[in-house]
Amino acid sequence: MMRLSPFNIVSLTLGLAFLYLPMLILVIYSFNESKLVTVWAGFSTKWYGELLGNEAFLDAAWVTLRVAVVSSTIATVLGTMAAYVLVRGGRFFGRTLFSGMIYAPLVMPEVITGLSLLLLFIGLGVDRGVMTIVLAHTTFSMCFVSVVVSSRLVTFDRALEEAALDLGASPLDAFRLVTLPIIAPAVISGWLLAFTLSLDDLVIASFTSGPSATTLPMKIWSSVRLGVSPEINALSTILIGLVTVGVVAASLATKQSAIRAKRDEQTAARTA
Amino acid sequence: MAETVFAPWDDPSEKPLIRFRNVTKRFGDFTAIDDLTLDIFEKEFFALLGPSGCGKTTMMRMLAGFEDPTSGAIELAGQNIAGVPANKRAVNMMFQSYALFPHLSVWDNIAFGLRRESSDKTAIAARVDEMLKLTRLEKFARRKPHQISGGQRQRVALARSLAKAPKLLLLDEPLGALDAKLREATQFELMDIQEKTGTTFVIVTHDQEEAMTVASRVAVMDEGRVMQVDTPQQIYEAPRSAYVADFIGDVTLIEGKASARVSQVAPEAVETDVAAIAAHLPRSAQPNALGMWLHDKVLAPVIGPRVEPVLQLPAPDESEKASSADTPDAGIDIAWAEGQPPLIAIDADPALDGQTVKLALRPEKVAISKTKPDAVNVLRGKVIDIAYLGNLSTYHVELENGAMIKAQMANTRRVSRRDIVWEDAVWVSWTGTAGVVLAS
Repeated sequence: MMRLSPFNIVSLTLGLAFLYLPMLILVIYSFNESKLVTVWAGFSTKWYGELLGNEAFLDAAWVTLRVAVVSSTIATVLGTMAAYVLVRGGRFFGRTLFSGMIYAPLVMPEVITGLSLLLLFIGLGVDRGVMTIVLAHTTFSMCFVSVVVSSRLVTFDRALEEAALDLGASPLDAFRLVTLPIIAPAVISGWLLAFTLSLDDLVIASFTSGPSATTLPMKIWSSVRLGVSPEINALSTILIGLVTVGVVAASLATKQSAIRAKRDEQTAARTA
Repeated sequence: MAETVFAPWDDPSEKPLIRFRNVTKRFGDFTAIDDLTLDIFEKEFFALLGPSGCGKTTMMRMLAGFEDPTSGAIELAGQNIAGVPANKRAVNMMFQSYALFPHLSVWDNIAFGLRRESSDKTAIAARVDEMLKLTRLEKFARRKPHQISGGQRQRVALARSLAKAPKLLLLDEPLGALDAKLREATQFELMDIQEKTGTTFVIVTHDQEEAMTVASRVAVMDEGRVMQVDTPQQIYEAPRSAYVADFIGDVTLIEGKASARVSQVAPEAVETDVAAIAAHLPRSAQPNALGMWLHDKVLAPVIGPRVEPVLQLPAPDESEKASSADTPDAGIDIAWAEGQPPLIAIDADPALDGQTVKLALRPEKVAISKTKPDAVNVLRGKVIDIAYLGNLSTYHVELENGAMIKAQMANTRRVSRRDIVWEDAVWVSWTGTAGVVLAS
């Protein structure tokens, strides 16, 4: 094990503190007895209990989850299709324009996306609610999915699809039985990306939701405007915990499969 | 059963399995295949050979159905297959990268094609097991492609493409990824499997040795055209162009001007000629007819048979010796350099008279020696370079006028006892039929 020099220790501490101190404070204060967020009055888990009893928060969480699952699923289907056409479609008329356009929402300010969607929904006379949030989230997260999937498709050996066709599979079967299973990791990570983007989103949801639907970020934002309550701290701690578990599990799984692949290759080399 | 030579291409009644008819393929401005016509017969092991970019892969992809010809027709068993999609053709392909499905086991890879056309599980299982046995992969059926070695992957790819018993199997540089030793073993394995299954194989390769080893016929291609289609022996021994001669194996090309060696007198006339010359020779004492009769009838039993005097021509002088002395007056002379005797090619077409031609000489047909040999074509030179190949050595000899010629000799002796070394003055020689004359 390498010893760290004092300089490295300082840099590391500073960096980590910068990243995690705010979150740490939030987590600590979520266990505060006092109702005043900034005054420590002893350890308690009562805010977690209060949170479970708060209908408004639970409703918002449920809306958020539904929106995230539905919108990220639609975005994954559309994004994968778009990526496939852009990578595999050959040189059709306007291809460069399309591939440029699909990435535009990545750099578009959220306020503008939200505003334009709002104008569209008003123009169409659509009642704003869960459905409009789903549509809006699909719109902006689809391009992220397509970026992730197309970067995988570019490195995908086209001969595999040709081999499937050659062996008698229809183009649809070739995609379903060969392409999709192989690009599945990229599709899944695209879905996860879209899912978290939808969970996080405040700006676009605020523009496109109606009185009937409030997502969790919107709820937190509106409660904080009336003053930070320890309940919010508790909620945030739960969210941080969920994200941490997810990230750790994902990286462990990746590491495991890398180790297995390496072991397989070694066995293959030995038996050859 | 009588042993017959497999040569359907020589039999006019035989119908070709594949027929390219004036096929042209263009990609934008680039012409990949240029008005190509070619027949491939059933059960052939046909090789498409050429440098990269010669169009051989395009031809294979047109057969597989991944490309359509710009014009012309491709017929498979008499039917035009242009426009038939890849998944509806009785043609299977073994890809250069093998293209094994990484998420499926060896067994499922081989079963993939079978499952597309039938749902009879027992029949599929029987066929897959048969394929596994044919390619000796039984032990690896449950492994994934990344869990087996390169040679095994190659065999899985072969088993998968053969599983549907295609009329035609296409092999795209099938052995490119294997090392030299394994490649050689696999070549023989491929030939064996081709014979066992009776499938028509078309192989694409840039490795001329591989094409020569496995194929019944080879098509040498260049820039979208077929330069020559022939058996490996014919391609090597009788190339029809300098390109083919140069592409297949090692060759020295000598350019020169041809002149016919057609003799003024027929071979019988030569003998009469000898008698005529003998008539003018100074006469030694000889018995007359009566003396001969007396000898044969009376003296022979006592003093033995009469000895006939031998007719002898005067010894030719040095200049004559090099060429015309004991060489039949056929073929052509090639004037190739100032002050050098012409090169003689006895079996060349005298109609080439007056044209510029190239004489193609295989190094193994050129002998090298330190003393002047008795041969039709003899030239002096100096050893510039020796390439030691183990079983053979190739000598690069510089001739008196600076031209280079390659000669090859088997290393029957150990290197330390070799008597020809660098800078040695040597003679290179070859027979009147060793070279192939190519009109340029």
